[in-house]
Amino acid sequence: MANEAAKVNIYIMGKKYSVPDSLTILNAMEYAGYQLKRGCGCRAGFCGACATVYRTAGDTELKVALACQTIVEPEMYLTQIPFFPAQKAEYDVAQLEPKAAQIAQYYPEIFRCLGCNSCTKVCPQDLNVMQYIAYAQRGEIDKAASESFDCVMCGLCVSRCPAHIVHYNVGILARRIYGKHIAPPSEHLRQRVEEIENGKFDAELEELMRADLAELKEMYNSREIEK
Amino acid sequence: MSYTPEMRELIKRVDATRSKRLGHDFPRMTPKERIEALEKFHPDYIESGFRALKVGVNKGDKVPQELADYIEARSRIENIEIDLDEIAYDVDVLIAGGGGAGAAAALMAQEEGASVLLTTKLRFGDANTIMAQGGIQAADKQNDSPAIHYLDVMGGGRFANIPELVRALVNDAPLVIKWLEDLGAMFDKDEKGTMLTIHGGGTSRKRMHAARDYTGAEIMRTLRDEVRNRGIEVIEFSPVVELILDEDGRAAGAVLYNLETEEYLVVRAKTVIFAMGGSGRLHYQGFPTTNHYGATGDGLVIGYRAGAKLAFMDTIQYHPTGAAYPPQILGLLVTEKVRGLGATPLNINGEQFCHHLETRDVESAAIIRECKERKLGVPTPNGIVGVWLDSPLIEKIHGEGTIKRQLPAMLRQFSRFNIDIRKEPMLIYPTLHYQNGGILINEHGETNIENFFVAGENSGGVHGRNRLMGNSLLDILVFGRRAGAFAARKSKDVKLKSLTLAHVQKYHRELEENGVDTGGRVSPLILPRYRHREANA
Ligand SMILES: Cc1cc2nc3c(=O)[nH]c(=O)nc-3n(C[C@H](O)[C@H](O)[C@H](O)COP(=O)(O)OP(=O)(O)OC[C@H]3O[C@@H](n4cnc5c(N)ncnc54)[C@H](O)[C@@H]3O)c2cc1C
Ligand code: FES
Repeated sequence: MANEAAKVNIYIMGKKYSVPDSLTILNAMEYAGYQLKRGCGCRAGFCGACATVYRTAGDTELKVALACQTIVEPEMYLTQIPFFPAQKAEYDVAQLEPKAAQIAQYYPEIFRCLGCNSCTKVCPQDLNVMQYIAYAQRGEIDKAASESFDCVMCGLCVSRCPAHIVHYNVGILARRIYGKHIAPPSEHLRQRVEEIENGKFDAELEELMRADLAELKEMYNSREIEK
Repeated sequence: MSYTPEMRELIKRVDATRSKRLGHDFPRMTPKERIEALEKFHPDYIESGFRALKVGVNKGDKVPQELADYIEARSRIENIEIDLDEIAYDVDVLIAGGGGAGAAAALMAQEEGASVLLTTKLRFGDANTIMAQGGIQAADKQNDSPAIHYLDVMGGGRFANIPELVRALVNDAPLVIKWLEDLGAMFDKDEKGTMLTIHGGGTSRKRMHAARDYTGAEIMRTLRDEVRNRGIEVIEFSPVVELILDEDGRAAGAVLYNLETEEYLVVRAKTVIFAMGGSGRLHYQGFPTTNHYGATGDGLVIGYRAGAKLAFMDTIQYHPTGAAYPPQILGLLVTEKVRGLGATPLNINGEQFCHHLETRDVESAAIIRECKERKLGVPTPNGIVGVWLDSPLIEKIHGEGTIKRQLPAMLRQFSRFNIDIRKEPMLIYPTLHYQNGGILINEHGETNIENFFVAGENSGGVHGRNRLMGNSLLDILVFGRRAGAFAARKSKDVKLKSLTLAHVQKYHRELEENGVDTGGRVSPLILPRYRHREANA
């Protein structure tokens, strides 16, 4: 593996390129000469821009990966899916209710889930996608929110779903209902906002703004640090 | 790509010292020691890394060489015919940049009743914001206050920050968290609703709020979802390449470049907000970076060409903990939360050599010193040298399962390359992370060009010479919101005169008059050039 010079053949949209075997798919495409426009965002596994499907020669299985997080394999036939059309419901978060039927009201197709589990198998984040759809069906919004939390919205699940479910949009709806209406609101935060709106800290801040450099440094260097 | 046998051998030294280190805090440096470390080892002090600009508002000021290259370059549209009467979009507020600052600005501008267009280079949300893991600061606990936060920000910024901007930052902080909570963003809380907050480098109170280690992702996707719910128009893959002014020299729109059809489009707008983020992909001094693909400093270059003033562009933040191994993730961020939870930096002998929560610049300098001067770094097969970050210590301090619960993104990223950070330490080295400076703004996000606003990482002044972790996510929302609201209100009284790109020709003349050899360079860069590169990341 550590041998830098070792090369493998990969096929980008059917064209053969020989690339160093330690590169990620993303870097291999660039090495091959691509100036990426689509299909590349964070380059670190957070944005979901680089969804890729591939097969390796002799294997029938269609595999998926995040191009930026996956090392090339010999005889890999790949293409990126930089965009996938998907439905998104429009809603006013303030008006949503933490009731069991809320998600289904916007995404009734969740009940068409066939239980094939393709979404889970395909998820590059290893999320239990079908499970969070099941939670959404049952109206267990807290669980759907938590289970879908690490989703990077790459859309691979959507590309494989025979029931036309847009899982990642179900996930974010669940999380926003949870965050807004189910998670306990933070009381200390509410209080602090009120204090700020009443100008409680204005005088103190102004004094700090007027302090000369020596004073400020002194205050900073002798400030108490919470354990 | 798990650790090599040689590296495994070295890890034994780390394991051997762990129980002795547990519970013993390494002393923090004295102010004098900090300055010494910085001056000798921090890249900002490497003179050859910078040069004085030969043209423009900041003529004579030093900026990184690589940025100077793109500032001292000719416009991409120099030889392109652009008909300023053929207006593709006509709006009140144009926002350039689809990260957190841009999204926040769009929401606030629309709330003020303005017509809003948001245009961005890649997809909406492909941005540094979505990558932020560690957290966001706000003084919302009883033992904390905006004033205490203020002091931390100023000290972190070497007291060079602009006081009005810092006041806005710390005072709006709890308002921003509340705004996000109201939008349904999921922060880490206990069952009573108390925010779970921890320290970050340079904080004197535990005020770092997080959403697991997907804090930026949670903020970005919530704001993006909201922008879409409100039907705000967003154009993707259409970077701004030049600002348009009106006859009176006020901002009046921008030229967009459709990356796919390769056409140029004119947007007319009463006010313009740049929220184009950072410049890590310019790879200052050859450093790898944590930044997303689109972080090429376009906002700085375009703004400067139109006459906007830069501030603090001679200070760049290197994150002390970039991945040094495996090579596939070289330079990518190991979130500061790892240190926040107690992981410590160790040299080849498994010995700690600096406190784990010094400010980023000091911590980076200390790591560079350990490797370069003391030669106590850990070698890798690729020739990169790093130091250990003892992640297994976290589980010793906070109990087993902490890493899976609090650092799922990190655990996942390293395990993709067969390293289990619960059992093995991470190997790290400083990486190019954040541009501390940018286009100078005031507390409304205004610049020295009328009707031209800037918010987020491409602005300068808030963080002085060094930003503390968790203050950038905060900054982009505080000033994104302010700029959005203010630009929308301002747009109501704007009567635009005819549009012009004359400043571009004027800038070219200035380049010539000052004898600048632009060496065939055109800017903004828009996308980094990585073709035919052997390297990863
Ligand atoms: C890996 C990582 C981790 C971080 N962790 C933290 C953290 O824990 N806490 C914290 O406070 N901060 C953190 N930061 C810093 C923080 O995330 C960023 O500084 C902040 O999100 C920047 O927000 P922004 O909206 O200004 O820019 P970005 O989020 O980068 O958005 C800029 C947008 O502008 C677009 N753009 C660029 N050029 C053009 C153009 N010419 N025309 C149109 N659009 C353009 C980009 O494509 C992008 O969509 C982190 C940064 C990184 C990279
Ligand atoms: S480029 Fe963002 S996940 Fe791969």
